[in-house]
Amino acid sequence: MLHAGLLYDKRGTDTSPDWPRRFAELARAARDERLRSFYSAGIVSGDTPIRDVPLLALDVETTGLNPAVDAIVSVGLVPMTLDRVRASAARHWLVKPRVPLSEDSITIHGITHSQLDRAPDLVEVLGDILDLMARHVMVVHCREIERLFLGAALVHRINEGIEFPVIDTMQLEGRLYRNRPASLWRRLWPRRETPVSIRLSPSRQRYGLPRYRLHHAVTDALATGELLQAQIAHRFSPTTPVGELWA
Amino acid sequence: MQDEQQEIVDFLRRYPPFRDLDEGALEHIGGSIDVRYYKAGSPIVDFGQDALFWHIVRSGVVEVFRRDGTLYNRLTEGDYFGEFGLLHRKKVRFPARASEDTLLYLVPEPVFTELFERNETFADQVEIEDRSRLQKVVSRQQAGNDLLSATVESLVQREPVTLPDSASSLEAARCMTEAGVSSLLLVSGSGDTDAAVTLAGIVTDRDLRTRLVAKGLPLETPAVTIATTQVVTIEHSRLVFEAMLVMLHNNVHHLPVLHQQRPIGVIALSDIIRHESHNSLFVVSRIYRAQTVDELAALAPEARASFVRMAGGDTSARIVGSAMSAIGRAFKQRLLELAEQQFGAPPLPYCFLALGSMGRQEQSVVTDQDNALVLDNRFDPGRHDEYFEQLAKFVSDGLARCGYTYCTGGVMATNRKWRQPLKVWEGYFDTWIEHPTPEGLLDSNIFFDLDGVYGRTEWAEGLRRRFARNARQHPRFLASMARNALLRTPPLGFFKDFVLEADGRHSAAINLKRRGTAPLTDLIRVHALAVGSEALNSYERLVEVMRAKVLPPGRGADLLDALEFIAWVRLRNQVEDLKAGREPDNSIEPERLSEFERKSLREAFTVLSHAQDFLKYRYQSARAIG
Repeated sequence: MLHAGLLYDKRGTDTSPDWPRRFAELARAARDERLRSFYSAGIVSGDTPIRDVPLLALDVETTGLNPAVDAIVSVGLVPMTLDRVRASAARHWLVKPRVPLSEDSITIHGITHSQLDRAPDLVEVLGDILDLMARHVMVVHCREIERLFLGAALVHRINEGIEFPVIDTMQLEGRLYRNRPASLWRRLWPRRETPVSIRLSPSRQRYGLPRYRLHHAVTDALATGELLQAQIAHRFSPTTPVGELWA
Repeated sequence: MQDEQQEIVDFLRRYPPFRDLDEGALEHIGGSIDVRYYKAGSPIVDFGQDALFWHIVRSGVVEVFRRDGTLYNRLTEGDYFGEFGLLHRKKVRFPARASEDTLLYLVPEPVFTELFERNETFADQVEIEDRSRLQKVVSRQQAGNDLLSATVESLVQREPVTLPDSASSLEAARCMTEAGVSSLLLVSGSGDTDAAVTLAGIVTDRDLRTRLVAKGLPLETPAVTIATTQVVTIEHSRLVFEAMLVMLHNNVHHLPVLHQQRPIGVIALSDIIRHESHNSLFVVSRIYRAQTVDELAALAPEARASFVRMAGGDTSARIVGSAMSAIGRAFKQRLLELAEQQFGAPPLPYCFLALGSMGRQEQSVVTDQDNALVLDNRFDPGRHDEYFEQLAKFVSDGLARCGYTYCTGGVMATNRKWRQPLKVWEGYFDTWIEHPTPEGLLDSNIFFDLDGVYGRTEWAEGLRRRFARNARQHPRFLASMARNALLRTPPLGFFKDFVLEADGRHSAAINLKRRGTAPLTDLIRVHALAVGSEALNSYERLVEVMRAKVLPPGRGADLLDALEFIAWVRLRNQVEDLKAGREPDNSIEPERLSEFERKSLREAFTVLSHAQDFLKYRYQSARAIG
């Protein structure tokens, strides 16, 4: 996943809705059968302890960074709970983008034109993906990417968007390093310093997680799931309500 | 798509034992793996919990502990743990903890077991992950057994409280009160140099009460007068277990602990009881209290029960062997005391001998009685033998009733040949050693495992010293013994449902004593005799043999571990027999073993086989005698 342009925390947009109620509304409003059943399956309420929440680490790889013009080329899903990242149940889909693939993204994802030529359109696998997502809280690193690209792809194909609660490991990292008020010392002696990177690899390193070769949707999802386990082990607790983590 | 687990498979490929797996097996494992993060300091698995996964360390550091909390191993990227629990009753044997932030890959138990059973190379690599695996198995057993393997020294909590032997009773009482102890040692000698100090007596609370106050003696009475001067002591290196036996049998509650003749502390019965739960010691104490043979015979089931408790727990074979020997010895001693009550005091001093496994302190629950009588040299058959024959028969019949079957080879004191004065015994040993033939020595092995049980036990020590000194100077004797030690060999292989014999035959079962512990014991005895060792126990013998540098480097330690492992499997098997209500024996069918035990046994037999080859080479002057 690429999120270089989207690193900055968009504060003020974080008021999380009452998701179970929101899902009920969305289920009534949805026109697409697959979306309707996704919403109808429901979602845990915000006061559920994180250890009891079924989670799904999600990553999409795209042709570029602009949701308006770029498209999804692959989707990786790894189901997990707080104490187990179920890599053994990971799923991966290549999907044929409706836009041309640039040379740049090929080198990043290692996905070739010929592989994508044989791949299905996202709409063909949407049912499978939504089935797996149903009842799970998504775990992503940089939620804007997943939300915007998935939303755009769905609007494009079925003329409906999608909403779901997301735990964003980048945002959890950002809370630690970006939103903290400067110390008195820093206010008195301001100094230019390199901000701590909250991108996936450097964040993982801070928790002693191994270096993975990223930019494969499943590997990135796995890496994100492991990062969440580490963040909760260090900074939260198994009983932390999921409502404090999701957005 | 098959690339979901690409990252995991790529990782595995970098490390043994995965490196050598074919692509299919690698993807099978990789596809089964789940992941879990552990923060530094958090526990991963606890002892005794169900073993569900084989753990591979993806990053971080994991510390694996023995049950007693000591560090067993420290693992890092590419290492793995948990296989022992998976192969062994599916319970976690070694607790583990993340000592740094750690990411673990978890392989589910069925995937691991299947790969282990199907892929020989993988199984071997997982097992030989480090060369001392057998050693670890053995040390694990001992780790769980600190009660019985603890030495007396470990119970000593403080320097002994002492006074010069010139002290008065009043001084003694004051000194004990100040120090808050229930016993005091009286020492003689200059006191300037430690070496000169010797133990003159011990005074206890009870002595002050019964021997001073109750008798109305003045407080100035020298403490020595009320002290016990024939002090029963114990060496610092003996096992706690043995200290308990000494106390029980001598009816004392305080035992001075000696190091090079010098008292280094006192242990009390209460110290030991604190360390004791219910085990064989209580059987021993009841044996000593039994008043009739019937009462003794009634204790036989308890002896078995305590065997099941020990061998079925994590007690090492060596400790079980010594505990069972102690029980056997107690039976003999008590029977002899009862015999003397019945037939009157003996007309001459004698020494009752334990031979074979009891002499070596390696008794199991399946055992026959090998015993003999050494009589005073003034022995006159016409005048004295009636008494000793009666005595021997009483003991032998009594032992049979207590579960020790008669010796089929007739090596019992009831046999006139083995009921002889000391000088005849000396002649036996001299003849065996100086005029050896393999045939003549065939049945005399067990006489070289001779221990005095009752009476003039120093005669047994004298005989042992005599043949230990003599044997090493007689290469033909050693060669004959070596040749006999090679008569019984281990099987070639050991498979799921059969035993592969050297001639290619398949057997359904294997006798672990005849094919394992006995040839090992024989082989160790030859080496021990060759280096002039007076030790009886195979482990102790081996230690002396190793010290004499007779064996190639490393071989001695391997033999120790092989002996412990085979003996352990044998005991476990007997425990299972007893629990299932079967009569225990020494045979085992391979399908009753776990894959892990089969592999370890195979390894132990290989060690034995190599050791036999070495024995053959080392004492090959056997050819000279044809």
